[in-house]
Amino acid sequence: MMLFKLSLKNIKKSFKDYAIYFMTLILGVTIFYMFNSIESQEAMMQVNQSQKMIIELLTQLIGFVSGFVAIILAFLIIYANNFLIKRRKKEFGIYMTLGMGRRQISKILLFETVLIGIISLGVGLIIGIFGSQLMSILVSKLFEVDMTEFQFVFSKDAFLKTCIYFALMYLAVMIFNTISVSRYKLIDLLNAAKKNEKVIIKNPIICTIIFLVSCGVLGYAYYIVSAQAYTLTSFSKIWPVLVMGTVATLFLFWSLSGLMIKLVQTRKKTYLKDTNMFVLRQINNKINTTVVSMTVICLMLFITITILSTALSLKNTMTRELVEMTPVDINLYKTASLPESYVNRYGEEIVYTKEQVEDSRESVQYTLENAGFDMSLLKDVVEISTYTSPDLTWETYLKDVFDGVKAQFPGLAYGTYELIVKESEYNKVAKLYGLEEFNLNDNEYVMLCDFDNMVNIRNKELQIDGIITLCGKEYIPKYKECKSGYIMMSTSHTNTGIILVPDSCPLTEDMKEQQILIANYNANTDEEKQEIEDLFTRDDSYLIQNLDKNGIDLEGATRISIYDGSVGITTIIVFLAIYLGIIFLISSSAILALKQLTESSDNKLRYSVLRKIGADEKMINRSLFIQIGIFFALPIVIAIIHSIFGIQFALSTMSGIADVADLLSSIIATIVIIGFIYGIYFLATYFESKNIIKENN
Amino acid sequence: MENVLEVKNIEKYYGNKSNLTKAIDNISFNVKKGEFIGIMGASGSGKTTLLNCISTIDRVTSGTIRVDGKDITKLKGNALNKFRREDLGFIFQDFNLLDTLTVYENIALALTIQREKPDVIDKKVKEVAKKLEISNILEKYPYQISGGQKQRCASARAVITNPSLVLADEPTGALDSKSARQLLEIFEKLNKELKTTILMVTHDAFTASYANRILFIKDGKIFNEIIKGDDSRKEFFEKIIDVQTLLGGELNDVI
Repeated sequence: MMLFKLSLKNIKKSFKDYAIYFMTLILGVTIFYMFNSIESQEAMMQVNQSQKMIIELLTQLIGFVSGFVAIILAFLIIYANNFLIKRRKKEFGIYMTLGMGRRQISKILLFETVLIGIISLGVGLIIGIFGSQLMSILVSKLFEVDMTEFQFVFSKDAFLKTCIYFALMYLAVMIFNTISVSRYKLIDLLNAAKKNEKVIIKNPIICTIIFLVSCGVLGYAYYIVSAQAYTLTSFSKIWPVLVMGTVATLFLFWSLSGLMIKLVQTRKKTYLKDTNMFVLRQINNKINTTVVSMTVICLMLFITITILSTALSLKNTMTRELVEMTPVDINLYKTASLPESYVNRYGEEIVYTKEQVEDSRESVQYTLENAGFDMSLLKDVVEISTYTSPDLTWETYLKDVFDGVKAQFPGLAYGTYELIVKESEYNKVAKLYGLEEFNLNDNEYVMLCDFDNMVNIRNKELQIDGIITLCGKEYIPKYKECKSGYIMMSTSHTNTGIILVPDSCPLTEDMKEQQILIANYNANTDEEKQEIEDLFTRDDSYLIQNLDKNGIDLEGATRISIYDGSVGITTIIVFLAIYLGIIFLISSSAILALKQLTESSDNKLRYSVLRKIGADEKMINRSLFIQIGIFFALPIVIAIIHSIFGIQFALSTMSGIADVADLLSSIIATIVIIGFIYGIYFLATYFESKNIIKENN
Repeated sequence: MENVLEVKNIEKYYGNKSNLTKAIDNISFNVKKGEFIGIMGASGSGKTTLLNCISTIDRVTSGTIRVDGKDITKLKGNALNKFRREDLGFIFQDFNLLDTLTVYENIALALTIQREKPDVIDKKVKEVAKKLEISNILEKYPYQISGGQKQRCASARAVITNPSLVLADEPTGALDSKSARQLLEIFEKLNKELKTTILMVTHDAFTASYANRILFIKDGKIFNEIIKGDDSRKEFFEKIIDVQTLLGGELNDVI
């Protein structure tokens, strides 16, 4: 019981020292609970069918990522705990001289960990439960759900999960403590405070050279990821750049400290002012001893900034792109010209019924009406056919460049038939979609393609000659490059190629590949649109039932379903990015804070010397503020420079050009999040440091 | 000659009514400008408390201390810091140099916190370094130099601001005898050439023998005072030993 009292008193007494540790634990618990409680959010109850599946996937992914997060937090907690133990070596030394055994000291620590654990878990969960209500608002915004009535939610699963995960983490801390206590030697414990740091001195010339070289390497890496971004097509090409950046960052920090001193020394006015000299040496010394952690923190911050701002702007950009990519409400298509039977590649004979064969000769409209559908529910109806020819595949099309292309992309299905569409039919679609219409001479064709990789491949051929032979007639390309355009709606530009031929081209009925119907719903409100949509998408609608009865396959894509799917995917990305980003941010801020606090307690003596030679408190606080400020600013400034290029690269690989306004707003959101957490840690560190160096008069 | 330091009837009590300790019990003395005064006493005699009170690190319970005519017991806050910064120079037993700064920077720091002009600082540091024979180690760090050099560096820092009074607390305590002698010779030189007023606390008779006048303190009171006058240092040293014997020397503490 005495040991327990001792632990309690220790915590009370050193509450200020523990502030950052507590803060980190509580933040960790809060974030952990908030993200794991997503499943039971009020907003989640109101989403529709296709979004439900996305949420299930999201929940699974968050569960998976939470394991990773738990490992990060466990390391962070052990690190922070280790820092606190170090500060108390002398105290343990005194316990031991009084005859207390290691086992008893371990017990004191055990009580302390349990107490701190319970308090932080409790506080964290309470904040988390309230915080998750805020999360509901975020969720409803991302899923575009109207939250008409607010309901307070409590997730039992998330609650239990948080408790279990953190209990395990605290257990790890206890084991770690017991091990480290059993290793201490009494003499080291008692002399712990007296150990002096060794000052590392670097050659300024070497520093300058290394600084310039690292800047050069960084510049080169920046150049590659921005101007040469298109060459980075696979991960094997990206990682050398990442390694380059990491190593250059490390050496940048290494050389920066030595260089900084030399630079400031030449400016006597700054150098010989107030305590600047002292501040400079302190920072120099600190960076010298923490090069590796500075680098790690800088890179973590870089990842945080990049993923937060790209994920947030990705959501906006994708939504805008979707509007572009879904110009009509519905696309319906079916296979045309079905044979009576055929043998598939497994050697089975597939036999089609008479109805199926007959239906495949007819239009989609015929199929719909046949199934009892009222065509007045649709407007702007356009119906077209696509054709294929066994003589015209990707391989025969790419004839002049085929060997080179195949060597580069061996996995492509080169046997795929090229899709052929008549000029007048496509122009009807283009008009409805608001795309470019084409006018062809009798011997010309146009290649429509908007899938980036295919565009590159096809352009190679088009630049050589691109001549095709169709129905015994030669056609030359009207343009020496692919034109953008598409027929089927999808979430992004995925048209791998459509050959647009003049109406005079003698395409025959049996060359017909698909029959496609494009239309808008004849409705004004969202509710009416959803009603028509349900006819096409719900298994129990009379339309689907009737089609099934005749064994007719009618496929399609609707604006609403594309929207839901896409919103779901971006939402998952956004959620995971915010989750990981915040955890990274907490980790790096906490490590920085603890490093600085270790420093402050080691440097107590230095500040007392400053006081003795007459520096007043204002001067000392100012020098402390500048020191901590620079220590916190350095990694984040370099991280920001890194992420300017990182964000550009991420956006260029993900979705082409992001809108500047989108990017700006998401960057502002990122700055707010980072500024808030980083700022809190900075202030907490400053005040705690001030407290540590205060003379107890 | 004018008095740099006037200590008048000061007392310092520790503890409370039921358990009162008088660390300083009614001490009065004056120090004239350009004097090199030693204060001797066994540990626990109150000499460090006296030094702390003069250096404003500690406050007296009653009485007044005047430095250059100013009553420093009434000073507070920034005025106190200003006084410490401008009127006092400190030399400590364990040097108290900042280990991250070079010797040059350690010395210059005393001036930069007074917001002295950069050009003046550079000139002054070089000047004082020459006088203290440390010009050749200005760019070195404290851990690269010997104890004697460290203490000379600390002395340079103490005198560079041209203070009214330099307080030295057991300056030779951590030095070997050769370095101690060197340092004391430098103190003598500073005292004679620059007219620096030095108040040195020590319990070592040899160190004390470099002073012009010595106050002996026992149990918080001035027990004796001897003046060097025209004596040689050897004679003065013997006088000190005599007084110490009278005082009971260090043995008193052992019993």
